[in-house]
Amino acid sequence: MRYFLHRFLQATFLLVGVSLLTFLFSALAPGNYFDEMRLNPQISPETVAALRAQYQLDRPMPVRYVRWVNSLLHGEMGYSFAYNSPVAPLLWVRARNTLLLTVIATLMAWALALPLGIWSATTLGRLPDRALSGVTAALLVIPDLVLALGLLILAVRTGWFPTGGMVSVGYEDLAPLQKLRDIALHMALPMIALVLSALPLLVRHIRAAIAEVLSTPFLRAAASHGIQRRTLLYRYALRAAANPLISLFGLSMGGLLSGSLIIEVVMSWPGLGPLLLEAILARDLYVVIGGVLCSTIFLVVGNLVADVLLYLADPRIRTEVTAR
Amino acid sequence: MIQHSNWKRWLIALAVLHGIVAFAGFFAPYDPTEQDRERPYLPPMRIHLMDAQGHFHLRPFSYAEHLRSGSFDQFEENTDQAIPLEFFVTGARYRLFGFLPLRMHLFGAPANRIYLLGSDAYGRDQFSRILYGGQISLLAGLLGAGLTLFFGTLIGATAGYYGGWRDGLLMRVAELFVALPWLYLLFALRAFLPLAVSPLQAFFLIITVIGAVGWARPARLVRGVVLSAKERDFVRAARGFGATDGYLLRRHILPETSSVILTQAAILVPQFVLAEMTLSFLGLGVPEPVPSWGSLLASLQQYSVLVSSWWMYAPALAIVPFFLVYLGLASALQQDAGTGKIEKTTGGT
Repeated sequence: MRYFLHRFLQATFLLVGVSLLTFLFSALAPGNYFDEMRLNPQISPETVAALRAQYQLDRPMPVRYVRWVNSLLHGEMGYSFAYNSPVAPLLWVRARNTLLLTVIATLMAWALALPLGIWSATTLGRLPDRALSGVTAALLVIPDLVLALGLLILAVRTGWFPTGGMVSVGYEDLAPLQKLRDIALHMALPMIALVLSALPLLVRHIRAAIAEVLSTPFLRAAASHGIQRRTLLYRYALRAAANPLISLFGLSMGGLLSGSLIIEVVMSWPGLGPLLLEAILARDLYVVIGGVLCSTIFLVVGNLVADVLLYLADPRIRTEVTAR
Repeated sequence: MIQHSNWKRWLIALAVLHGIVAFAGFFAPYDPTEQDRERPYLPPMRIHLMDAQGHFHLRPFSYAEHLRSGSFDQFEENTDQAIPLEFFVTGARYRLFGFLPLRMHLFGAPANRIYLLGSDAYGRDQFSRILYGGQISLLAGLLGAGLTLFFGTLIGATAGYYGGWRDGLLMRVAELFVALPWLYLLFALRAFLPLAVSPLQAFFLIITVIGAVGWARPARLVRGVVLSAKERDFVRAARGFGATDGYLLRRHILPETSSVILTQAAILVPQFVLAEMTLSFLGLGVPEPVPSWGSLLASLQQYSVLVSSWWMYAPALAIVPFFLVYLGLASALQQDAGTGKIEKTTGGT
């Protein structure tokens, strides 16, 4: 229990740190949402000043931070100037879409990478391994942006997938199952891009971890005892190689989130990415801070999940913790 | 299995690729901002050796393109009007490396404009723009990596060498930076900087932003090396002889970090080139009319371009060989360093 408490406290510190950091950036920033208003001759300077006062932008940074934390505790996360609404509900809708995309993509990437990586490790140096290494190397040198744009062009020219948005026109009139199908179809393209961008690194790490374990004496002994190949690989080898892979799961979250940011914008998936971009262009301060914080929360939660899994998978960590 | 000097081959490939971009003025037939409003979104011209009558020509040539009759945007080859390709021609003025005024180009066609990779919305030559765009993108990547490594080394060496509260503080902040999703951090930083700026300002702004975001990872690696290096016998001996901190760091400790820094450079440069591309693609980077690989791709955000002008995707493919070579160099360097581990760039790209 203390192990988790410790981890939880660490995560909280991280979130506080990130929020302070983004606030610090924002305080250093020249200009804000109302500066452009000031250029508009139809809006008097008094109005702009009044608006600034209303949103507390004329107060020093510590005061603003405290007020923001206060509004965070009330479930608002500050106020969006452009949308004229509290930030949290705006973020929530978008964050849900981003989560939908990244969680499914993560699961799919792992579901693909595990058998591929294991296959590669068992045929080390032979044809399947070489072919897979070639494919992962090729995917590794194609950046997210290039991949996403390429897929988009492919989709537009072939018409295999709908492009842009999350639902078709007339979505509201569809039956529940058709709604699901519609979303799944729209999700296919960003999903493929995300899975393909995450896959090479995963396959390579899984291959390395499994190959290392396979060469250990205890697995050779197990193999010579005549234990079935499948049991050997998925029960013994995978279990022994689990530790670095679970840590990798936590680490790969950051890459996936960054990847989904750009893929969402390119494929106009209504997630956090497009919202953040709009907010940056409009200088909508609290939405930017909220978006960055939201992504950090995803990352922290992903790492916490990895920690829990590690705790469950590795008895050494459990005994270490209880011994402390 | 792998030869010791493997990285040298990658380095040569790297030099060749960068050389092509550095000599963009020579390899590109036209100025990247020169417009031809008569021919927007012209598809890539085909280079022929065989003419319409089936005769063979030694000198490669193209056919002039004109609008298909009854169409506003479809071009077709005019087989009556051949454009012979000429080499080492005198054409548009340019400044090599920014100062050497020259007019010599590798190829060109004095009679007519030639579009190897088609043209963009303003009839600017896509091929020339990709070459010039590479200068901006690669320079941003290189300078950004230089800045990052400078700060990373400085901070990592300070933390590792002096230890104590400096180490604690710096490494906590580094953890913060490493923990954040990289692209989000980049965006956040860019968000609070001015939006409407001149190309030159934007360029330096981006380098600063990129450099400020990435320092944490190299700093942690350098710290690790410094920590082990300062306990080495020869360092202790030097200190015993009365060497100052500055001398020890400069002469004995920092040279130990060189292989880590080199490997990091090979990893960071392509990552930062991509960062510049991403920012420019989204309109947060170097603005028009200056080409960069990212802003060249921005037109693909329009549906009509996506559907009908596939050659606008060409800049995206230009980055792939650079990525390939940098990644190859990074893994060769790592193998040389004897770590033998598989390359790890989590949190990046």
